[in-house]
Amino acid sequence: MRTHARPWWQRALLTREMLTILILVVAWIVASAVVQGFDGPLTITYLVLDVAPVLLIALPMTLIIVTGEIDLSVASVVGLSSVTFGLLYQAGLGLWAALLASVLLGAVCGAVNGALVAYAGLPSLAVTIGSLALYRGLAVGLLGTTAVTGFPEPWTDGATENLGESPYPVITLGLLALIAVFAVLLHATPFGRDVLDIGRSSEAARFSGVDVKRTLLILFVLSGAVSALAGVYYTLRYGSARGDNATGMELQVVAAVLLGGVSIFGGRGAIHGVVAGVLLIGVLGSALRLEGVTVNVINIVIGTALVVSVVAPRIAGGLRVRRRDAAGQRT
Amino acid sequence: MRFTSVLAAGTAAVLALGLTACGSGDGGGDGGGGTDDVTITMLPKNLGNPYFEASTAGAQEAADELGATVEEVGPDAASPDAQVPFINTAAQQGVGALVVSANDPTAIGDALEEARSAGTKVVTFDSDTEPQFRDLFVNQASPEGIADKQLELVADQIGGEGEIAILSASANATNQNAWIALMEEKLASDYPDIELVEIVYGDDDDQTSFDKTAALLQSHPDLKGIVSPTTVGIAAAARYVSTSDAKGRVAVTGLGTPNQMREYVEDGTVEAFALWNPTDLGYLATQAAAALASGDIAGEEGDTFDAGRLGEFTVGADGEVLLGDPYVYDETNIGDFDF
Repeated sequence: MRTHARPWWQRALLTREMLTILILVVAWIVASAVVQGFDGPLTITYLVLDVAPVLLIALPMTLIIVTGEIDLSVASVVGLSSVTFGLLYQAGLGLWAALLASVLLGAVCGAVNGALVAYAGLPSLAVTIGSLALYRGLAVGLLGTTAVTGFPEPWTDGATENLGESPYPVITLGLLALIAVFAVLLHATPFGRDVLDIGRSSEAARFSGVDVKRTLLILFVLSGAVSALAGVYYTLRYGSARGDNATGMELQVVAAVLLGGVSIFGGRGAIHGVVAGVLLIGVLGSALRLEGVTVNVINIVIGTALVVSVVAPRIAGGLRVRRRDAAGQRT
Repeated sequence: MRFTSVLAAGTAAVLALGLTACGSGDGGGDGGGGTDDVTITMLPKNLGNPYFEASTAGAQEAADELGATVEEVGPDAASPDAQVPFINTAAQQGVGALVVSANDPTAIGDALEEARSAGTKVVTFDSDTEPQFRDLFVNQASPEGIADKQLELVADQIGGEGEIAILSASANATNQNAWIALMEEKLASDYPDIELVEIVYGDDDDQTSFDKTAALLQSHPDLKGIVSPTTVGIAAAARYVSTSDAKGRVAVTGLGTPNQMREYVEDGTVEAFALWNPTDLGYLATQAAAALASGDIAGEEGDTFDAGRLGEFTVGADGEVLLGDPYVYDETNIGDFDF
């Protein structure tokens, strides 16, 4: 056991999460100072609308990655849920019923992933790459290259309109509520403790009485359901249900979670860091687009940040071990 | 130690932001008299597409002539959700005009409306949105123009008389069916010596179109021309004819792209084919955008504006500006195009 050399307030501030938040603040200040057009109310509105689906999906993804697993099928579930929502609406179902059915379908998609991972013991990377293709294939197959449009305006407006005169979209409230739910779930419940225990050592967690299989199943079901909810939001925001909606979004979600300080090897991570990670990617994208940077360069920047955030802890960890060894030899 | 590791990641990202920020600076530009301070954002369906590279080259040419600034942005995949952030960005920058080829007629509508309420003029080209979302649509060709040009080409190539056939896309392809109906009308009224013997459907599939061409030639030994109003069909028909004994006896024409047809124009299978010219399309759309942004026109029906080397254009019903007759590609000009 390491003893804490630093006072408690330093330990609270000098965390990976605080660092991501700090970088977010710096990025915001730099962008406001040098990027023309960034310093306006529209920036906040668009930022929230753009990051909303990524943020939603990143919440359950955080818990999954904390256990050491991953769900790459999330963006395909968004597409499938979008198509389902659209087709059910077209078939005359009420929007609330269509929403509920889409979220249920998402939960089923997640349950399939979860069952294969938890009960069949297959690696989540392989399972969810498979279901990434499967769910996207179903989505595009169901609707082809056409789209369902013409959703009622109160719904599509609700997905984009602002709270009164503020620059914050109405959906901000829903996002904050879900952030709070997942923060409590991970950090203040026995379930959250189980999730962290599984990430540190699945074996040890099992011996200490954690139902690892059930926990993993629940997490994948949550991931599917929340991704489907994001799919409905996506559909309403763009007023268009399409099979190719949100293609490739899983990359942004995983990047945001890892930038937020969650270890890809499991065992550590916090919701506030992930929220900062999502916003950081959103701010970088927004600022770079305002600068007229092409999409390829934006992808390079985000990809690099992702790789660095995964690789740097390994290098830093290696250095720490060597320094500790050196210190140990001296005493 | 964890602190330093994320610091590295963050610094890299912020540095990248700072570096790229140094290179630019043009943001606003509210127009208001003259086109020389107009900023225009060009948003094709996706980047890295030779067709849109040609239209952006035309946009750049127009901007250079006008003294305006044009910036091309776009997603790497042609999906509407990926276009929206770029439309939002144009609104944030307060650019004078946005020239966009829509990936979906409705999905980008809200974003376009927001950009317009921020003062940005919106011109669609190539693919329109619903009319209420944009100021002008620069249409590449009218259905009548496309139908007439193809008949003109085939009539010219077969000497004004004989049997022709049409190789279309799928049997329920909206555009193709509209063009074919117009061609049938025009044949009856203006080309009494030309007989349309059969319409076949290759489903825009290369192999099916190839097989249908073979079948056409077999069942109609006196066939003199094949018109294919689809780029897949014309290329497949030309490929079949180029290796058969029908080469030189049966004319192949229709709508094609230079890169797909180059080989058959060079080996003499195809004399000439039609399509609009994407460079001219981008040029005209940018001229229209600059005229709107500078306040020269309001985009009402009947407004006229000067479009440089293409001459004067008039805004038609529903805010449409028509580029004109389709452009004819033959061995004299095909080398100038790469899309």
